[in-house]
Amino acid sequence: MSEIITPATDPKKIMGRPKCLNDVTFHFCPGCNHGNVHKMIGEAIDEYGIQDRTIGVAGVGCGVFLYNYVDVDVLEAPHGRACAEATGINRVHPDKIIFTYQGDGDLAAIGLAETVHTANRGENITVIFVNNTVYGMTGGQMAPTTLLGQKSTTSPYGREFMGDGYPIKMCEMLATLEGTAFVARVACDTPKNLMTAKKAIKKAFKMQIDQMGFSFVEILSTCPTNWGMTPQQAYKRVAAEMIPYFPLGIFKERTTADYM
Amino acid sequence: MALTLTKGNEAIAEGAIHAGCRFYFGYPITPQNDIPEYLAREMPKIGGTFIQAESEIASINMVLGAAAAGARVMTSSSGPGVSLMQEGISYLAGSELPALVVYISRIGPGLGGIAPTQGDYKQVTSGGGHGDYYTIVLAPASVQEMFSLTIKAFELADKYRNPAVLLCDAILGQMKEPVEIGPRPDFKDISLPDKPWALNGNAGRKSNLIKSLYLGDGEMEVQNWMLFDKYNKMKQEDTYFETTDVDDAELLVVAFGSCSRMAQTGIDMAREQGMKVGMLRPISLFPFPEKAVAELSARIPKVLVVEMNTGQMYKDVKVNLDRAADIHLYARPGGGLPTPDDVLEEIKKIY
Repeated sequence: MSEIITPATDPKKIMGRPKCLNDVTFHFCPGCNHGNVHKMIGEAIDEYGIQDRTIGVAGVGCGVFLYNYVDVDVLEAPHGRACAEATGINRVHPDKIIFTYQGDGDLAAIGLAETVHTANRGENITVIFVNNTVYGMTGGQMAPTTLLGQKSTTSPYGREFMGDGYPIKMCEMLATLEGTAFVARVACDTPKNLMTAKKAIKKAFKMQIDQMGFSFVEILSTCPTNWGMTPQQAYKRVAAEMIPYFPLGIFKERTTADYM
Repeated sequence: MALTLTKGNEAIAEGAIHAGCRFYFGYPITPQNDIPEYLAREMPKIGGTFIQAESEIASINMVLGAAAAGARVMTSSSGPGVSLMQEGISYLAGSELPALVVYISRIGPGLGGIAPTQGDYKQVTSGGGHGDYYTIVLAPASVQEMFSLTIKAFELADKYRNPAVLLCDAILGQMKEPVEIGPRPDFKDISLPDKPWALNGNAGRKSNLIKSLYLGDGEMEVQNWMLFDKYNKMKQEDTYFETTDVDDAELLVVAFGSCSRMAQTGIDMAREQGMKVGMLRPISLFPFPEKAVAELSARIPKVLVVEMNTGQMYKDVKVNLDRAADIHLYARPGGGLPTPDDVLEEIKKIY
């Protein structure tokens, strides 16, 4: 667990809004984990003191409004292309900290080629991948990570592997590439998992700060609205259905920049 | 200054280096491979970046990222590749980012072939991707112009914060001509504009945001009118064309790019036979020299458009033509090349 930041102005305050998060209300639905992930990114940026040299790239989906919440320079990328944009920025500013924020449709369907090749180049960036097994912003269509049997607006009878294929396991795929430095899958469904998720996100940024190469954190997240569930039911589904198929853990962790 | 025998594609690549472009992202496609090959060799020598991307979609999005980061940046491709890039070009226009796309046309549609064509005129001059936007389009007609207009295209892209396209074809890309290319300037001596909007970390300022999404009621209409005003400014300040022998002309030939070279020889042959023929060569295809067409056709009642497609620029000429003028088209699509004799025959028919 990372150290707790205690603002000097109020010695009794043990937690609060990260300095680099704007003081505005999230637009996310009740029970959605995007807010948690934004907060963890904000904490990581604050704790490393990198706000003034961080550049975010927002994918298309519910995460596109990253720029309303995280107070850093932000580029809005076309759907799926965030890793290509991050590559362009990274080559111009190799001294900056660059992260993308992408959902499952964005990263694992339309942007799969950009994601895989950016990882394969060992691009020194951090990718935050929010996997909620559904296209959220467009209204709950089938994603590449939609689980078998899961109903969505475009798999109304449940996803079947004959015809729709199996849900893609991004961490397992990317861990096979020489260019990846850190690959981890975490979840936000329990306080313990949240603490692990925070550690993984911090670790991913640290990898980039240390010039280790491509770092990737997949966060299993909820979408109560499009799952047709209450927040409580959605949190239970993460443990009951998602984690058994998408196991949590660190899939790769480079200890030296040995790709150089 | 000494002349060097230089291939068109390589003149573009060297022009980009002279313009201070240090970032190239691209994907192989014939007939433009000399450009990435030249820059893959030269960029590392001058501290630049060359990436062979996994696709043209990735290339143009890397360009978008580097442009957002404040760099002078380019890519190059041909028909099928530029079609894939249209997504990114639309986002560049929507996000108001400057970048250069070099387009060395090959015949289409589909995989088509690698022969020269002007069949992509319509695509580039109408924006090319989704939305109400245009790109700056410059069309060189010689290897010398491929060098100089590359630099000009970067300058215009920066001036307007808008993507620019250099439209050439397989003839221009592959031919060699003697050109004047001075010594490479040091990067520090190249004048590049300040880009306070660029993304480079918010140290000492408010965070910068580059986006093209506007969901608020009426926001996008405001944005579209703002872009419209920008395109009008381009029309007023940066329309380029060349005229030859128009003062006494009784027939005006309109042609651009490589086609204008072949047409010019046909015009010279017609002049030798006593026919008073002049030429209007649009250099900027967007903005199109509308006023020049209107004014010249008011004076010269017969107009012949010669182009290597089925008549794409013809429509832009026709819409700006003086009401009293007659317009004719000599069209050679799909790799057909109008020889000077062909052009002379067409001139004779209508003179």
